[in-house]
Amino acid sequence: MAIKRSLGEKIFDVFNVFVLTIVCLLVLIPVIHVIAGSFSSTQALIRNQVFLLPVDFNLDNYKLVVQNRTFWNTFKNSVLLVVVGTAVNMVMTLLTAYPLSKSYLRGRKFFILAFVFTMIFHAPLIPTYILIRNLGLLDTFWALVIPPAIGMFNLMLCITFFRSLPEELFEAARVDGMSEYRILWQIAVPISMPIIVTLLLFYSVNHWNSYFNALIYITDRKLYPLQLYLYHLLAEANAIDNYRGVTTVNLDTSPQGLQLATIVVATVPIVVVYPFLQKHFIKGAMLGSLKE
Amino acid sequence: MDRASSIPAPPEKRRSGPAGLLKFVVRNRALYIMLLPGLAYLVIFKYIPLSGSVIAFQNFNIFKGIWHSEWVGFKWFEQFFTYPQLRRLLVNTLLISFYQLLFAFPAPILLALLLNELRSMVFKRTVQTIVYLPHFFSWTIVFGFTYMILSVQTGLLNNLIESLGFERINFLQKAEYFRSIIVGTGIWKETGWSAIIFLAALAGISPTLYEAAKIDGANRFQQLLHITLPGIMPTIVILLLLRIGNILDLGAEQIYMFLNELTYKTGDVLDTYTYRIGILGGQYSLTTAIGLFKSVVGFLLMVLANRLSKKITGEGLY
Repeated sequence: MAIKRSLGEKIFDVFNVFVLTIVCLLVLIPVIHVIAGSFSSTQALIRNQVFLLPVDFNLDNYKLVVQNRTFWNTFKNSVLLVVVGTAVNMVMTLLTAYPLSKSYLRGRKFFILAFVFTMIFHAPLIPTYILIRNLGLLDTFWALVIPPAIGMFNLMLCITFFRSLPEELFEAARVDGMSEYRILWQIAVPISMPIIVTLLLFYSVNHWNSYFNALIYITDRKLYPLQLYLYHLLAEANAIDNYRGVTTVNLDTSPQGLQLATIVVATVPIVVVYPFLQKHFIKGAMLGSLKE
Repeated sequence: MDRASSIPAPPEKRRSGPAGLLKFVVRNRALYIMLLPGLAYLVIFKYIPLSGSVIAFQNFNIFKGIWHSEWVGFKWFEQFFTYPQLRRLLVNTLLISFYQLLFAFPAPILLALLLNELRSMVFKRTVQTIVYLPHFFSWTIVFGFTYMILSVQTGLLNNLIESLGFERINFLQKAEYFRSIIVGTGIWKETGWSAIIFLAALAGISPTLYEAAKIDGANRFQQLLHITLPGIMPTIVILLLLRIGNILDLGAEQIYMFLNELTYKTGDVLDTYTYRIGILGGQYSLTTAIGLFKSVVGFLLMVLANRLSKKITGEGLY
């Protein structure tokens, strides 16, 4: 019986490695295909010759991206959004989480409930839109920064983390005459690096990746973030996909190579940061699993 | 400015009554001042829109404003439930959510279980690095990948279909494929990342339980059935309830990217309709009624889920 079991286990182990390898391939093939296509010639793309390796390797598509002024403008807007938006997120989240983490703060329960309530009862989209409009934020950069200034889930993570810090440390600083602002900035922040890195990453990836807010609040093309530009680029590609066979004449100017290169460039910042900070992201996801 | 706050505020000296409260606030005013921007944000950007939801009961005119628009009672809600076109939105939302629950919810549990059984740590880490990655791609980029697979002209899958001697299929423009594509791309993007929580739960199971089971002669499948699954059951239950609480929230970020006029029939959901008809079309009251309906149902489900969760696992969501 012992031999039989170990045989079954061996079969299972092989099967398991096999299944997970397939899963990895399913994740990687679309990504590699797009990268390969971005380095291929337009002709090769039209003839469907590209699979996982570039055909007629060249950088023409990237030259098109680099020369594309719309691309650079939206790229610049997105970088600015990530920098300013994340800075506002961090200041607002830390300032709010610190007092709310003090168990002796009067009214703490009420305040926290007021924040948590908005997580389970969402304000509908339209009244929010009307508010932004009435505030004169429509079609401004700030419409993308101020409405999402505090992520409620991130705020809860931060409060939970601050609560785990020893209060004696802060008491000692108060006795030494430090103000609460200096305590937050010079004592709480330096010892809270794990949560701060996690929040920085959650917020910045979110700013970099979202297009729907911009779709709602921004109509001025000069203010488009990169993702909204990509949205229009790809929606257009999808719309003409139906008719491409009919209009063979225009095939040489097919922008598919340009689309692929733009996708790759838009993903580069994420892929560069990813391996570096993977462990922090995972810590953040686990923090979330412990308690909201 | 903060001289007063330099005096420590010992928690044991809490006195009740308004005088004690005032004294406490004055002494700890630095903390309250710190809280002000966050509270201002909360009131302006969360509670004002929430109270602005009253326009769901009005015939709201943006030039007249909330104070001068006429009241129409439940007119918009009645329309929402009686117009077949609007009922379709609810059906689409619920169906997509249901399919996600059926297919996308168990996927990360399965993945975590398989990862947990791996012997080689190097292989395990490699797989994890790869499957977490798609979580960080935006939906526009995921759509780009999907397009390169499913496009009728150049899609990889269509090339395969053609080479097998079949007709190319226009997946992205046909209503009958829309829901499957939404669920499938959702699985592709989030399964790895969602598995982390289950892996954490798996790591929390005491190894002595497995040792005891081995001594009793339990094989790996029996161990899975009697130790592993019961061990992660609380996590599964909590996440399942959380998911059910969000059943009307599908994430417009994904669906709007995949949606086009040809797929409205199966793919138009509450959120995408609200954007198109509300913001682009200016039908503010009707779409606010839809939004309010969503919020109320979401809230009730969440409260119910919390109760159930406390009853089943002894732990609440909040």
